[in-house]
Amino acid sequence: MKYAAMSEPILEAHELVKRFDDFEAVKGVSFTVNRGETFGFLGPNGAGKTSTMRMISAVSRPTSGTLTILGLDPGSHGPEIRGRLGVVPQEDTLELELSVRQNLEMFGRYFDISRDILRARATELLDFAQLSDRANDKVDDLSGGMKRRLTIARALINQPELLILDEPTTGLDPQARHLLWERLYRLKRDGVTQIITTHYMDEAEQLCDRLVVMDHGTIVAEGPPRELIALHSTREVVELRFDTDSPEEFNSRLRQFAQRVEVLPDRILLYVDAGDDTLREIHEVGIVPASALVRRSSLEDVFLHLTGRTLVD
Amino acid sequence: MTNPIDVSLGWPRWRRSWWYHATYYAQTWRGSVASSVLYPIFFLAALGIGVGKLVTAHTGLVQGQTYIHFIAPSLLATTTMQLGEGESMWPVLAAIKWIRTYHAAVATPLEPEDILYGKLAWVVTRALATGVVYTIVIGSFGALQSWWCLTLPLIGALITLAFSAPLVAFAATAQSDGSFTAIYRFAFVPMFLFSATFFPVSSYPGYLRPIVQFMPLYHGVALARAAAFGDGSFGAIIFHIVFLVVMAVAGIFWGRHTMRRRLVD
Repeated sequence: MKYAAMSEPILEAHELVKRFDDFEAVKGVSFTVNRGETFGFLGPNGAGKTSTMRMISAVSRPTSGTLTILGLDPGSHGPEIRGRLGVVPQEDTLELELSVRQNLEMFGRYFDISRDILRARATELLDFAQLSDRANDKVDDLSGGMKRRLTIARALINQPELLILDEPTTGLDPQARHLLWERLYRLKRDGVTQIITTHYMDEAEQLCDRLVVMDHGTIVAEGPPRELIALHSTREVVELRFDTDSPEEFNSRLRQFAQRVEVLPDRILLYVDAGDDTLREIHEVGIVPASALVRRSSLEDVFLHLTGRTLVD
Repeated sequence: MTNPIDVSLGWPRWRRSWWYHATYYAQTWRGSVASSVLYPIFFLAALGIGVGKLVTAHTGLVQGQTYIHFIAPSLLATTTMQLGEGESMWPVLAAIKWIRTYHAAVATPLEPEDILYGKLAWVVTRALATGVVYTIVIGSFGALQSWWCLTLPLIGALITLAFSAPLVAFAATAQSDGSFTAIYRFAFVPMFLFSATFFPVSSYPGYLRPIVQFMPLYHGVALARAAAFGDGSFGAIIFHIVFLVVMAVAGIFWGRHTMRRRLVD
């Protein structure tokens, strides 16, 4: 909790539970998000991320637990809270028949923003989203990246203090993702608190000051990306490939060289502190991999370690 | 940084949803306006003048009216029913499931009830406008015989709301649009044809009349005729109004429940 002490909390969740008829999507999660930080939710599909997002957007009510957003109780102050939030849903939810500018201005109506302010604000946001030259085009004709940027611009129409983004870059090509990250950085510099869900580890490492990893409806780890790596993984990872269909046979022989060994279908991962030394030791005992790679531990190693390697559909 | 939000002047929040629909319509109205003026003229011309000539030749007046006058008010009733039907099934499921704009709306200060009320208020607005146009068209065919005809737009709005409210509520429970097609085929088409729309209820065999009188559109048609011709018994008129009001109110309460369940639970 040392980070929480550093600044003012904008959102506090304690033992949040969300239960649908016979399914418990979120099983008691607690976390605090501070003003100005970018906070991430990582987790495989079905981990309860989206249900958690819907609760902290003051849209769906927790089955139990306490939640304070912007110092208010969403149960009694939902509209007031939502007036100060921006939400970027997983799907774009834009009006396809209308123009880019119309989408922004019409959405502003929901916040009761006057027409003059809306017009000026839309112009600003079109520039922010790099859509000024497409302002009068139908949304249907935009590329996926442009639609995504418009959805983010739309979420900013009310100048929110807290922006909640559910998988903001899923389905985008690398250029579109980088442009979007750059825009999110810019918002962060402007002091907008952001909560982001993603299953891209590089995105989480790039954007998040702090994150939680969710799995099966609970939080399994929490902290800044570098700290999580230090805590849940080793400094380096050695990736070995062998010319064999059954790399398992090397498992027992390699175990003595690493703190942890992970056998994947196509390669073996050795979690170690000094990869080059390990590699040399392996060579010395006569194990010769077809290829070897030494790399730093990443958030992905933490994620896979914590949430398991089984594919979740 | 000033926060420009929530400067509502004590107006209910659903007005923002109404505005949204109005603005959307202002951008996309061109297609529908021509049809809302031309359709009644086509119908009156084809049925009233064409079929009407045969009817007059064979049976003379229908309930004291020429055939074209007899069917003119029911055209207002069927059109406002169709407005409620068309606006309340596919567009609502689209906004919930396909383009998900209602989900975007519940992430703003709006509550599911605001979305419902704004939607219904907008459909009623359209019905009033349609009612005015139809009243003028019907009038130009000489079918208006009483000052009560000035209530025709209101009657049209009541008919639209009576259909729209339960249909929106139902659409909010639907997983696909398969049921909509069934409702259209097995409820709306028969209702359109058999609600004493094109021939008086006395033409039906006695055992079918209670069924006809149970059809919601029958009450709308009867009200529209009563207003156009300035006749009809007070008790019957009250019963028609109550029937439609009960549908509307029940639909609104049902819709509050289904919209909340679908959008925020």
